[in-house]
Formats: sequence, C-alpha cells, structure tokens
Amino acid sequence: MRTQDAHPVRTAWLVVAGLLAFMLLIAGCGSSGNSSSGGEEMTKLGKGEGEVNLISWAGYVEPEWTKPFEKKTGCKVNDKVAGTSDEMVQLMRTGQYDGVSASGNASARLVDGGDVAPVNVSLVPNYKTIFSDLKNQPYNTFDGTHYGIPHGRGANLLMWNSEDVKPAPTSWDVILDPKKASKYKGKISAYDDPIYIADAAVYLKAHQPELGIENPYELNEEQFEAAVNLLEEQRPYVGEYWSEAAKQIQAFASGDSQVGTTWQYQYFELEGAGKPVAASPASQGFLPSEGATGWSDTWMISSEAKHPNCMYMWMNWIVSPQANAEVAEFFGEAPAQSLACEHTAEKDFCAKYHAENPAFWKRVYYWETPVADCGNGEENCKDYNDWVQAWTSIKG
Amino acid sequence: MAGEAVVERRSAGHRLAGLFHGRRRLQVGALLAGPVGWLVIGYLGSLAVLLVAGFWTVDPLSGEVVRGFSLENFETLVNEPVYRDIVGRTVLIAALVTVTDALLAFPIAFYMAKVASRRGKALLVVAVLVPLWSSYLVKVLSWRTMLSSGGIIDWVLEPLGLHGPGYGNTAVWLVMSYLWLPYMVLPIYAGLERIPNSLISASEDLGAAPLTTFRRVILPLAFPAVIAGSIFTFALTLGDYITPRLVSNNQFIGNVIFNNISNNLPLASALALVPIVVMVAYLLVARKLGAFEHI
Repeated sequence: MRTQDAHPVRTAWLVVAGLLAFMLLIAGCGSSGNSSSGGEEMTKLGKGEGEVNLISWAGYVEPEWTKPFEKKTGCKVNDKVAGTSDEMVQLMRTGQYDGVSASGNASARLVDGGDVAPVNVSLVPNYKTIFSDLKNQPYNTFDGTHYGIPHGRGANLLMWNSEDVKPAPTSWDVILDPKKASKYKGKISAYDDPIYIADAAVYLKAHQPELGIENPYELNEEQFEAAVNLLEEQRPYVGEYWSEAAKQIQAFASGDSQVGTTWQYQYFELEGAGKPVAASPASQGFLPSEGATGWSDTWMISSEAKHPNCMYMWMNWIVSPQANAEVAEFFGEAPAQSLACEHTAEKDFCAKYHAENPAFWKRVYYWETPVADCGNGEENCKDYNDWVQAWTSIKG
Repeated sequence: MAGEAVVERRSAGHRLAGLFHGRRRLQVGALLAGPVGWLVIGYLGSLAVLLVAGFWTVDPLSGEVVRGFSLENFETLVNEPVYRDIVGRTVLIAALVTVTDALLAFPIAFYMAKVASRRGKALLVVAVLVPLWSSYLVKVLSWRTMLSSGGIIDWVLEPLGLHGPGYGNTAVWLVMSYLWLPYMVLPIYAGLERIPNSLISASEDLGAAPLTTFRRVILPLAFPAVIAGSIFTFALTLGDYITPRLVSNNQFIGNVIFNNISNNLPLASALALVPIVVMVAYLLVARKLGAFEHI
C-alpha cells in the first residue's frame, strides 16, 4: 500500500506515457486507406432475407404502408428516424443499415464515401413511371450511374403568423432584407444548418444578379461571401435558429417566433392546433418571388447491405402508386410516382402540391452537397466543409 | 467413463486452486483484470483514439479523413476568433454555474448534515435525488416553456414591472445550474457528514463566534467536498450541448463538435481536446488549493 501511495506523480506520468505509446501505435497502424469501391450493382433479384433496416426522415416509414409491405414480401421493416442529413451520413457509415431516404445534401457524400451502391433500376419496375424531371438529377445520378430511386419532393416554406405579419409576405425579403427584417427583430426563425446559406444565395440570385449566382449550392469565393454576409446581417434579428421541428412548433405556438423558414410538417402541426399561421407554398399555392430551396429525396442502398433483396423490394414498394400516394399525403410533399395522383385520398392533392407542374419545380433548388467542383469545369467553389465553418462563424 | 471425467474435472479445478494458493499478487491480478482492462481499453483507449484523430485532416476533395500528422486543426482553433469566443463562453458559463451551485448547495447540505432530524435528513436526500430520476430532456424542455415570452417566468415577474431573461446565455446559466445542483449537494453533504460534531463544539468552547467556526473549522474541512462537487458541475457544463441548443442561439464547445462530427471528424476531435485541457488545468489549480490533501 505504501509504495502505491508514495508516487502519485510517477503513476500519472506512467499513464500519460502509456497513452502516448498507444496513440503512436494507432497512428502507425492506421495509415491504410479506407476508400471502398462502393459495391456492385445487383443484376438479379433473389428471395427476401426476412427483414430490412432503414434510415428515414420522420413520416416516411409508417405502419399504414409498411404493414402491407411486410405481409406481401415477408421483409420485416426496422426503421431508424434521423433528424438531419449529417446524422443520416453518420448512421450509414456504420454499415448496419440497408438503405436510407437521403436528401441531396447527403447523397453525394454517401456516393463519394463509397457508402452506397449503384441501383439497377430495371429491378425496380415502378421506376418507369416516376416523373421524368426527377430522374437523372445531379443528386441521384453520378457519372451516368443511378444511385437511387426518387421518393418525393417539396419546397422549403416561408411561414408566418397571419395575425402579426401583415401584409402577407410574398418574398424572402421579409426575413433577409435588414430593413424589413428589423420590423420583426427577435421574432424571426431560421433553419439551424449550414445548408441554410443556400437560402441566402437564392435570395441574392434574384436581388443581386451582378454576382452571377446560377446554382445556390455552387458558390465561388465572392458569391459565398455575399451570402454569408447577408446571414451575418440577419443574425441580430433572428429570434431563434431551429433544428428540431418540435422546438420551432413551440416557438410559433407561444409567439416567440412570428416569421421564418420551415417544413410542411411544422406548418401542418401548427395549423392542426388552430394556430394562426400561413405558409408558402403550402397554404398559399405560390413560391416566394425568388423561388425557394427544397428537397428531393432518394432511396439509396448501402454498399454493405445485408438484406439487398428486401431493400430492392422496399424501393419498389415505396414508389408504387398506392404507397407513394399515402406517404406523400402523410408527409405533405409531392409524390415522385406519376401514377400516385390517382390514389390520393384528397382528390386535388397533386394539384395543390404542383406534383404534375414542371414549371413550378424549375424555381425550386433541391438540396445538394456543396463541392469544390463548380460544374463549369472550375474547381474554385466552396465545399461543404467551408459551409460548416462559415455557419459556425455566422452563429458566433 | 463418467467417473474418469469427474476425476479429470476435479483435478483441473484443484490444479487451478493450487496455482492461486498463497499467491496474493496473482489473486488480485486475476480479480482486477476484467474491470481494469475495461477501464484501459474502453475509456483510456477510446480517449487515445480521440486525441490521435485531432492530428488528422480531411481531404478537401473527397471528404475522406487523411491519417497523418498535422497541426492544422489546432491552428484553426487558435486563429479563428469564433472558436476563441465559443471556448470563452463555455468556460465562463461553466464557472458561473459552478459558483452558483456551490452557493446554493452549501446551506442545503449543511442543513441536511448538521441540523435536520433523522427523518428530515432522509426526506431531503430523497428530495435532492428525485429530480435526477426524471428525464434530462423533459427538464430542459420544461425550462424552455417557462422561459418563453409570456411563459410562467414572465407572468410572475410582470407585476414587478420586469420580464424574464428570454432565451440566451442567462437562460443557459439558469437551466444548467438547476440541472447540476444535485451533483453539488451530495458530495458536500457527504463531506460535512464526516466532520465530527465535537470539533464544532470544541471551537465554540474555545470562544469562537459561529462565523469564525464556520470560516476556520468547517469550511477548510469541507473544501475538498466542494471541489469534488465542482468537478461534476464544471465538467458537465463544459460537455453539454443540448441545453444551449434548446434555450439559446449560442454555440458551446459541444455544439461545434456535434456540427463537425460527420464531415470533419479531426476538427471535432481537436475541439474535444479543449474541455480536457481545461479540466486538467482546473484540477491542477484545485490541487494547488489543497483540495486533494485529505483524500
């Protein structure tokens, strides 16, 4: 006992030295690269494996359409709901899931990281009748190879409290133009994610054409700086940055937030609770004059899928007319399946969500992963890492 | 056959027992191998991996982690003013929460240890422990509702012509102080419990005023316990990221780690080193103040 107590400092040094040795050991062993190939495309569908493990957005995998799927295929559906695209990427990298409903700001990262495998669309019969303006898009097709099946799409919303915000806004300037935003100081709600910088870029594309922004996710130094500056100017007027839907619902319900960017889900919750809210385009049928950012989600299959057959069956099921209509109505988005419009419970649902109106979607900029490659042969665009750094600085 | 097997087994057991017989070191070693191995591999090992990752970088084109040695992340942390602000804010709030909890906890713990009856003591211990049983998230969300404009705090303060702090640093300080108070009360209570009443009586008999007794006898003896409690409150505040997210717009160290973890793991690891360094510095200061002399 005496010898142990006598040299606590020496013991501490021994622990530190041990840790250092261990670190060196790891650093030495760890230099092997780990970029996997991304897996092979399936050529023939086999029998179901009895279950399938999914990662999805809340509301994408619900009993109404998974129970019939389980009955039909014998594949039990295990779903893990993710809150953000970052979380989806992280979960997919564990290799424990068969597939994911990835938005465009996750899909490229998953493809680059070799976490997902190409999809053989001929094994997904319902793919044929998917809206053609959702096929071969930069967030689901890479170098001509299909990496997923489109699920549905929507525009991000501008929501406001119709009692406090008058007249009803028709442009994002109500929250992004400092002169107008100051009227709602402390009551503005903004999305807490680096991808929100694209909302500023959409606004600048319309209001400062001299910047020459074409794609709000491909921003060079000057364009990026302008967008970041705009959000820094907005910062003092923002009451709250939201990342959890529940947080924003509560803030709008209590009056802490009066105007801001949101998703269908929060709008429907608030409307259902009888709160005086309005939102574009959900209740008003129009987009703000600048257009809007939005999402177009894709079901992707893991390169390490343990139940690939069940995953292919799931991808075919979720875009089958009936199931796709159900999920679209449940979530409040435009279905990807053109035949789904005949199966919606609400008859004018597809019209309301502009599902069959390509002109509407021309002004919606679906989330993409910002990469250095500008798409015009130049490599000087800001990548997602820069976006994350800038977002940290904007929030301060 | 069966008889032979039994003999065989018994002799193996005997041999094993013989091996340990009289060898104390071997006995202790076998007993501790499991827990110590778990501690070293599960805790220290993962910590070492974390430290190593702080020196890696991310390839800007592929987004893949490049395993090598670079001080890039640490340079970013030092050179970008935003990270200095975030670290400063986190440490400041952690210090404020610790002081607040110490001031609140000491009288409660003193009453529990020295004044309350047996029954009252038991009741108070339960009262301190019960909040720990309810979900952390429920507590933070309740505070969020209370702090909202027109919420219960505004309502109470309204007759006085005041209004609540709203969401922000003050809210984070309030909520954290609330959350971690039990972690301060319990160690101080245990520390005060160990001070014999006879010492307090002796001090009084020798003519010391109550305040002098407190300052010269009780406080020095209870000080290690306060430090023990402060390690909990300080470390817990340094590491928390959910409370700041729910009751403020401000980023704390944990928030930035969370934001970077999927796309820039090395930077997140480098940031994770900051609370460790701060805690080590804090412990060194505590040691200088004599907090560990009686342990």
